[in-house]
Amino acid sequence: MAAQDDVADTIAGFALFADLSAPQREQVAHLFDEAWFSEGERILRQGFSGSGLYVILDGAAAIRIDGVDRATLQAGDYFGEISVLLGELPNADIVALRRLRCLVLPSAQVEAFLKAHPNVMFRLLQGEARKVRTTTKWLS
Amino acid sequence: MAELAQRPFPPGHYRLIIVGSGPGALQLTYCLDRLGIDHAVLSADPGPGGMFRRWPVFQRMLSWTKPFTGFERESRVYERYDWNSLLAEEPASRAVMARVMDGSSYFPSRPEMERGLVTFAEMAPLRIRFGCHWETTQKDGGDYVLGTSDGEYRTPLVVFAVGVAEPWRPAIPGLENVPHYGELRAAETYADRRVFIIGKQNSGFEIATGLLPLARQIVLASPSATKLSVNTHSLVGVRARYVQPYEDSVLAGGVVVLDASIDEVKRVGDRYQVQTRRAHDGAALSFEVDDVIAATGFATPLRDLTQLGVATFGQSRLPAQTPFWESATVPGIYFAGTINQGAPGLKKHGIPSNSGAVQGYRYNARVLARHLAESQFGMRLPRRRVDAGEVVSHLLAEVSRGPELWHQRSYLARVLVIDADQGIVDDGIAPLAHFVDSAGPNAVAVALESNGRDDPYPAVYVRRDGEVTEHLLEPHPLLNFEGDEYQKAMIATLDRVLSPSLSQPQR
Repeated sequence: MAAQDDVADTIAGFALFADLSAPQREQVAHLFDEAWFSEGERILRQGFSGSGLYVILDGAAAIRIDGVDRATLQAGDYFGEISVLLGELPNADIVALRRLRCLVLPSAQVEAFLKAHPNVMFRLLQGEARKVRTTTKWLS
Repeated sequence: MAELAQRPFPPGHYRLIIVGSGPGALQLTYCLDRLGIDHAVLSADPGPGGMFRRWPVFQRMLSWTKPFTGFERESRVYERYDWNSLLAEEPASRAVMARVMDGSSYFPSRPEMERGLVTFAEMAPLRIRFGCHWETTQKDGGDYVLGTSDGEYRTPLVVFAVGVAEPWRPAIPGLENVPHYGELRAAETYADRRVFIIGKQNSGFEIATGLLPLARQIVLASPSATKLSVNTHSLVGVRARYVQPYEDSVLAGGVVVLDASIDEVKRVGDRYQVQTRRAHDGAALSFEVDDVIAATGFATPLRDLTQLGVATFGQSRLPAQTPFWESATVPGIYFAGTINQGAPGLKKHGIPSNSGAVQGYRYNARVLARHLAESQFGMRLPRRRVDAGEVVSHLLAEVSRGPELWHQRSYLARVLVIDADQGIVDDGIAPLAHFVDSAGPNAVAVALESNGRDDPYPAVYVRRDGEVTEHLLEPHPLLNFEGDEYQKAMIATLDRVLSPSLSQPQR
């Protein structure tokens, strides 16, 4: 199957894009870049500028802070949104745990994309709320 | 027959084989020759030039060679203004394009580009076995076995420089019968016709530009909005030369630029019906047109390499590569030329390297040749010692004028290694991704970077005790990074690895 159709189909099963129509998913497949990483390769680098919003298509990645793995991310998960939304440098490395394929939207395009796709923004907010809940539970 | 008898590189075993004879292959074989590395070059084509033997379809390049710059054409700094010539050590072989162009445009015509590449190959001179088609690939012990139209070749190292020029069509019903970019008819046959172009990247806009004086109506359609290079401050988006159809569209002339997915292309008599759905609201729009052209992109002709385990990604099926352009999944298979896009580097701010174009991959090829020499052929290439008092001015001069850094922003870097015993050594040009992600001695790398918004600015990467940190300097409106403020900023940054006096490496 052709690559972009493959991406449009794959993201149909992701919570982040669950509310998009088929043409909108095709638009996402066109708008986002696709990237591929080897096991052990850094996708986001702690303290480095110029990152973006990443959505994992296949594979798994670790959130690594100062050399310590804190959590694992899998297909359908996304990362990079915190530094994009706050305009700050990433405070963690994201490292591929095995071969990893993902979609990337550069920081500068994320705001316009979310405003044009409020359903994705709402899903992203839900994701952030879950992270806050998890962190709160962990702290308590 | 005498020519055939003289063809170099008969079937047999070679320590390294390059497949291809486009600019990427020419640059790599040239650099390997100058390093004294024996290798064979095989090409299916009858002569050098690769895709520039045929394309662009409207016969003029997008990349410029600026004839008058105030710099000698044989100088290294001139390379910044000449995007099309290959790199050479001999002054006579440098800036070949500036000599073969007729001066009527600073974009070479396609025949001029081809002539420039042929001239370079003849002057070097480069040895290539033309008319030799690579057909199959197998692994046999430590060797790759290339089945070709001339017989079997064996080698432990193979570099594929076969371009990204295989027509690619998305799985849209009916699109399989529509001409692709390279199958465009003679332009005049589109006179007074309604033309629907699928794809809104440069190839689509190139066709639209060429058909502006001919077609009655032009529709350009794809799901996502058109990007323009003048807005992205990069090679992402439609280049200025092809923006005219976009202006025609926004001023409500005869061009329609549409953000829509294409559901189906149906042949109805001698016309086509194209069913689309607008991206933002899903509304159906149907077009009846005389011609449909698929400007839907290109893929990499990797033949059976994926069966060997070469991983690919994206629409162009680019092979995933290490920072030194080796397959990320199959050791010993390397890539050169425009396929180097499969090694994206840091791709900061979403801006790709220029590895898709001659002005980018010509430097990759030179770095790859040196890398192969040291990693595969046991050579240790000489490196220049740098006096401590020279470090700051050297790095600032490189970031101000070094053509590798200018053409491969955030991608190639000038590296100085700081060794407590050896002193400071210029380690040459290296992929930035390799520098920031690999262990090694204390070192500094400088690159030029862009964020898609401001003027370019220098970036300094300092590796100390195995940890790499990023330090961005300010942009300069005249792109001169050698003034006092940059010297002070560089000294402050290098304090992390050099003593404050810059006289001694820190222990």
